[in-house]
Amino acid sequence: MRTLLVLSSLFAATATAGENQIILKDRPGKNQVIAQCAICHSPDYITQHATILDRAGWEKTVGKMINIMGAPINDYDKQIIIDYLAQNYGK
Amino acid sequence: MNERRHFIKKAAGSLAALGGLSLLHRSGLAVATGEEEATIMDALPGKEALIKKTYRPPNYETPVNYFDAPFTPNNRFFVRYHNAVIPEVKAGEWRLRIGGDALRSPLELTLEQMRRDFKPVEIAALCLCSGNRRSFFEPKVPGIQWGSGAMGNARWRGVRLKDVLAAAGIGKSALEVSLDGADSGVLKTTPDFIKSLPLAKALDENTLIAFEMNGEPLPHWNGFPARLIIPGWTATYWMKHLTAVNVMSKAFDGFWMKTAYRIPKDRFTSGQFSSQETGSAMPITEMLVNSLITNVEDGQSLPANKAMEIKGVAWDGGNGIAQVEVSTNGGVTWHQATLKQDYGRFSWRQWHFSFEPKRLGAYLIMARATSQSGASQPLEPIPNPSGYHHNAVQKITIKLA
Repeated sequence: MRTLLVLSSLFAATATAGENQIILKDRPGKNQVIAQCAICHSPDYITQHATILDRAGWEKTVGKMINIMGAPINDYDKQIIIDYLAQNYGK
Repeated sequence: MNERRHFIKKAAGSLAALGGLSLLHRSGLAVATGEEEATIMDALPGKEALIKKTYRPPNYETPVNYFDAPFTPNNRFFVRYHNAVIPEVKAGEWRLRIGGDALRSPLELTLEQMRRDFKPVEIAALCLCSGNRRSFFEPKVPGIQWGSGAMGNARWRGVRLKDVLAAAGIGKSALEVSLDGADSGVLKTTPDFIKSLPLAKALDENTLIAFEMNGEPLPHWNGFPARLIIPGWTATYWMKHLTAVNVMSKAFDGFWMKTAYRIPKDRFTSGQFSSQETGSAMPITEMLVNSLITNVEDGQSLPANKAMEIKGVAWDGGNGIAQVEVSTNGGVTWHQATLKQDYGRFSWRQWHFSFEPKRLGAYLIMARATSQSGASQPLEPIPNPSGYHHNAVQKITIKLA
């Protein structure tokens, strides 16, 4: 919990005014995506790939974020995030 | 919903202000629906409006109409970062640390010392993102979906990296030189953006540590107070906010060399960076011969004048441009374009071509550059997993009415 609080404040400190105008689809999983992915990058990284990545592509990308970019996402959230991205921003 | 409409309107307003009305149609902004991403113009602090690709880390490209000038204005120069923590470096506090296991005597230099102790050099060179035009690959590949604007031509002024390294003394075992900048990831677990160069490239007389760009200090978003300039090589090596240079006896094995920015060996010429090559892949290095039409856009309608002018730029990895040919009939016949002033083999070369249209209607315009080495642009881009090196001949349809 403490980690989560620290991370949220970090996000708030670094999010730009412009990116707050990006509205991700309001479906189950959105909260996890905002809480985890937006620690390091704005959500336009997601919308930009909507016509490019299918489910396998999103699985690979989320895996890269965890294994290479060091995103601290547990397996439970990982699956929720992949499902959200594949269903709402999948090719 | 209202908020979004307002946002698009605002973006449309900025585009119209740029005189890029036709861009609205090309980008689909005027009819933004569904999943298609609208073109958003946005200005980073200290910059003028650029085409926003991502807000954080900031990735912004230059609208093509700014490429009509021989040198790209600093406040319209493209911005590309991998990590979101980008400190505003103060010139007085900045230090460059020269170290590594294959260096004789480590050095720490201030900006003042750099300017005072080493010979100043200025080079005109094109800075081009490896993934420029990635969005034009079919099928599409993941990565920042750059259009044609992730590049810019500038006069870079600074000192030679080889002079600075000589002051510190290079050991006999030196193999690569690694480069690090002040930027970093939000999380400690994210790999720092570190690149390396083969020793020969680091010692090339054209490889600079630059402080100035087009006669001004580097803008913050382009690497203030000092960045690497590796003329002829793609911009991934042009480390911004340079803080550390390490001369190493071993090949650097970080993510940004070992895994990212790599191309298949069987489709591109190798031999530039043997210490980083594997059986099948190698780092991207030299830019390929390429050109861009800068004054007309695909789908644009124009009044039929007696003489129509097509303008653009052409470049390669440092051999220089030998010729640019233009076709107005989809490649059936080709004509020599006139090359403008030569600012050196690492600068892009402006060119123009005039023709008298004999009829109204559609014209398929193409431009093809050939380098002094004889290399020329292919009709289709060379497929590769990360969408680098897009240098296919453009095909632009204009309508004369």
